[in-house]
Amino acid sequence: MRWHVVCREPDVPTDFGVAALVRGHTVALFRTGDDELFALGNVDPFSGAGVISRGIVGDRRGEPTVSSPMHKQVFSLRSGECLDDPGTRLPIYPVRCRAGVVEVGTD
Amino acid sequence: MSKTLVIIGHGMVGNRLVEEIRERDSAENWRIVVLGEEPYAAYDRVGLSSYMTGSTAEELSLLSSGTLEDRRVELRTGVGATDIDRATRTVSTTAGETLRYDALVLATGSRPFVPPVPGSDLEGCHVYRTLADLDGIRSAAVPGSDGVVVGGGLLGLEAADALRALGMRAHVVEVAPRLMPVQVDEGGGAVLARLVGDLGLEVHTGVATSGAHAGVDGELGSVTLTDGTEIATKLLVFSAGIRPRDELAEPAGLPRGGRGGFLVDGNCRTEDPRVWAIGECAAVRGQCHGLVAPGYRMAAAVADQLTERGHAEFQGADGATKLKLVGVDVASFGDAHGTSEGALEVVYANNAEGTYAKLVLDDDASTLLGGVLVGDASAYDTLRPLTGTALPAPPEQLLLPAARSGGPSTGVLPGEATVCSCHNVRKTDIAAVIASGAAEDVTGLKSCTKAGTGCGSCVPMLKSLLDEAGVATSDALCEHFAQSRSELFEIVRATGITTFSRLVAEYGTGRGCDICKPAVASILASSVNSHILDEEQAGLQDTNDRFLANMQRNGTYSVVPRVPGGEITPDKLITLGQVATEFGLYTKITGGQRIDMFGARVEHLPEIWRRLVEAGFESGHAYGKALRTVKSCVGTDWCRYGVQDSVTMAIRLEMRYRGLRAPHKIKAGVSGCARECAEARSKDFGVIATERGWNLYVGGNGGFEPRHAELLASDLTDEELIRLIDRFLMFYIRTAERLQRTAGWIESFDNGLEHVREVVVEDSLGIVAELEAAMARHTASYTDEWRAVLDDSEKLSRFVSFVNAPDSPDPTISFTEERGQIRPEPIDLPTPVAQPGQDRVTEEVSA
Ligand code: SRM
Ligand SMILES: Cc1cc2nc3c(=O)[nH]c(=O)nc-3n(C[C@H](O)[C@H](O)[C@H](O)COP(=O)(O)OP(=O)(O)OC[C@H]3O[C@@H](n4cnc5c(N)ncnc54)[C@H](O)[C@@H]3O)c2cc1C
Ligand code: SF4
Ligand code: FES
Repeated sequence: MRWHVVCREPDVPTDFGVAALVRGHTVALFRTGDDELFALGNVDPFSGAGVISRGIVGDRRGEPTVSSPMHKQVFSLRSGECLDDPGTRLPIYPVRCRAGVVEVGTD
Repeated sequence: MSKTLVIIGHGMVGNRLVEEIRERDSAENWRIVVLGEEPYAAYDRVGLSSYMTGSTAEELSLLSSGTLEDRRVELRTGVGATDIDRATRTVSTTAGETLRYDALVLATGSRPFVPPVPGSDLEGCHVYRTLADLDGIRSAAVPGSDGVVVGGGLLGLEAADALRALGMRAHVVEVAPRLMPVQVDEGGGAVLARLVGDLGLEVHTGVATSGAHAGVDGELGSVTLTDGTEIATKLLVFSAGIRPRDELAEPAGLPRGGRGGFLVDGNCRTEDPRVWAIGECAAVRGQCHGLVAPGYRMAAAVADQLTERGHAEFQGADGATKLKLVGVDVASFGDAHGTSEGALEVVYANNAEGTYAKLVLDDDASTLLGGVLVGDASAYDTLRPLTGTALPAPPEQLLLPAARSGGPSTGVLPGEATVCSCHNVRKTDIAAVIASGAAEDVTGLKSCTKAGTGCGSCVPMLKSLLDEAGVATSDALCEHFAQSRSELFEIVRATGITTFSRLVAEYGTGRGCDICKPAVASILASSVNSHILDEEQAGLQDTNDRFLANMQRNGTYSVVPRVPGGEITPDKLITLGQVATEFGLYTKITGGQRIDMFGARVEHLPEIWRRLVEAGFESGHAYGKALRTVKSCVGTDWCRYGVQDSVTMAIRLEMRYRGLRAPHKIKAGVSGCARECAEARSKDFGVIATERGWNLYVGGNGGFEPRHAELLASDLTDEELIRLIDRFLMFYIRTAERLQRTAGWIESFDNGLEHVREVVVEDSLGIVAELEAAMARHTASYTDEWRAVLDDSEKLSRFVSFVNAPDSPDPTISFTEERGQIRPEPIDLPTPVAQPGQDRVTEEVSA
């Protein structure tokens, strides 16, 4: 596992995604209202477009989610699983915040 | 050790079999190899014609997600079966392989029948069955010229309508004395011919095609009919029936039915117990079926047998059909011709309305045997499932339009009646799911029962079944808010709450979602008048609002500056050209009298807009649920018929209501006289000039369900007009539901437009002063959203491709060229060959 410095903590606003480029991977970063960070693949598996970071963050029955802005499928921020179409998933990446800096891990 | 099932044909029915087995065979007893001769995986052939009017091959695809990843399934598109050797249990393919099977299912469908007309093999002659056929027809079509369809049945009419959609003058040639001779009787045929003629199709019945003739270029040049008519044309489409594709019967040594097709028993099994045939290629007890619903039932029956479940024999099908032409309703079901012994007919014909309806009853007039509906087929959904059962009411009551108002009534249906014939779901099945609480809405019913996921024509019945069970009445916005949009609007107004987080904390649950967040954002925008990207608001917006631009299929955005009333100076046009050239954007004139520039990368949006704002442009709100355009005609300025200055009025209205956020988008039009060149009556509010002033029409739209706007008030002065529109729009914004356009909103009141008139014209609620004041606040606080973003570094900082590489282009975006401009490069989604072990994560990484 290698950790990559991506941005400062305030660069990821609450309930509002941003995209990052990590060693050629396009990654969507999110921070939810309770200050938890998530990192998922930015490419929407249904359309192939790099847009997941621009989706709306919310929850479905308590599970934190993001909905693809392209055709509105909802994905779990925790597992990357598409809740509207189980079996389709976004890759998830380890993410952490150390000393005010957000880092994403890749193998 | 798993066994191998080989399916020949990946069409609608072959694909259904794959799905049925995937669902049942949890023990993974079967490995499934599917051979599909077409280059595409199975697609919705029933919806094929929509390919001509905008659907893409991907949208028509029937592959459900997970099929390609399923390691039990190996799908080989572009590979045909050439031979079957039953002794060695092998199938040979065009790829040169030999596949061994434990079970074999033939699902090869049909081929179009081409009648032996001289010249039918000329370049320019087509059939209408596959996506490839339609590609061929599309590239051969010449708008404005004649095209000929041979065959006036269901498919022939669809094909003719497709030629019409391509801009051609379409002729339909039918040998029988009427159109759709199989489904419709003489009376229905006469009404149908008139309706089809009104659509602009040229109908030739009772004549045959005598020949197709080459022009000087050696390709098709004309078509002659037996009555001597000659039609100059470069395009001829044969749609004169289908023949089962049973050519593999010969090499396999399998028997055929009398009229072709693989002969099978009631279990769809051939005389070889390891070989089945399903779909259009199967002659079940000698009879072939040319519709998809019986094919799906055959697939289910075979899946039951292969997974050793108890099963029912295939029971035959009634051939009920509904024509999918735009603008012409035709349906027939059961014994439409009254051929049963002693059958009685009840006919209701209205030539003025262009409707014809007939019910066929048994000899004591108590049981419904079949029927024909032309011109108005709204009773089809109620009547078709009643076929074979006792009539719940006297026949004339079921037929007369007045008795049927209010949509399909499912209450009269017996429990055994089939509601969804695509998936063979009965009313009892649906009632049981509703009663168990497993489904609370149509979406839930679709996923629990599959009903409604085929052709979609039963969805209105699903709705009314939910209604009747008292379930569908909830107005709750989503799982986070039990209130409706209009209730939330009142809460926001009464409490003065200005943030989503407070609203959800005090009046909702959880953190919100993509339904309630944008809805609340719109309410806040209409009540608070702050910038839609201020602080917390930004995260509530749909992506279009969040980037003040419309997202396109490849993640880029479009840019639409406002062009009020469609009036634009040459200098501004030049600026648009320069900006588009500089940023490499695709340009197109929109249907809203302005110019759209597509393909902008998110990181370029601010620079593009800086240039536009400097040249005097402002946001056109093409992205918002907001006022879009006020379309205008030239009016008295130039037009010799104009009676009022429509351009000035359109510009005035567009400038007044620009930026106004609403439950759905709002469009308007102003025409300078009754000729109505601005199409104002297809708008949410439309203004038409009279000698004495303006008439105001409301509640029109194009789109999915077109409506004509209706007259609200006439002969208004400029000031009266604006005052009424102010009130109308504010009343709409306060009380409509999420994504409800003005037409649906007006209809939602008990007495419809009358109620709106009472409130906004006669002030029956005493609120017009308040509505006008709210509009005055809006107009006073309007600022250009884009200019505000350009002046705000915090907001600008969000327009980057990557937070850690703000100017790096997103590697997933690329373009090709078409007609001298860019277009998105088609995106590679996983290829249609399942490769076990390959998951999406690795794909993503290598992308
Ligand atoms: C660009 C344009 C097509 C064109 O090339 O001409 C267009 C493009 C889109 N239309 Fe439209 N519509 C365009 C004129 C129309 C018209 C014709 C008109 O306005 O005169 C209609 C029918 C009239 C009407 O709305 O009543 C129309 C009915 C729709 C609908 C169906 C609305 C309905 O009530 O059923 C949608 C879907 C929606 O809004 O939910 C839609 C949605 C869309 C969206 C926004 C889809 C999307 O979310 O990506 C398209 C993207 C626009 C973009 O990226 O810029 N568009 N759309 C037209 C832009 C007009 C403009 O200048 O703003
Ligand atoms: C324009 C149009 C409109 C229609 N509208 C309706 C409607 O409104 N309602 C309705 O019920 N039905 C409608 N139909 C009919 C419906 O599409 C068919 O009943 C249905 O597709 C039959 O499914 P199938 O799988 O049997 O055949 P198909 O869908 O035709 O699939 C058969 C597949 O097998 C392939 N194949 C054949 N031979 C081989 C071989 N040797 N090796 C490999 N592959 C092979 C073919 O290429 C084809 O892809 C319509 C059809 C058309 C063309
Ligand atoms: S521009 Fe309008 S009609 Fe055309 S594809 Fe988009 S939404 Fe559909
Ligand atoms: S009848 Fe076609 S989806 Fe239900």
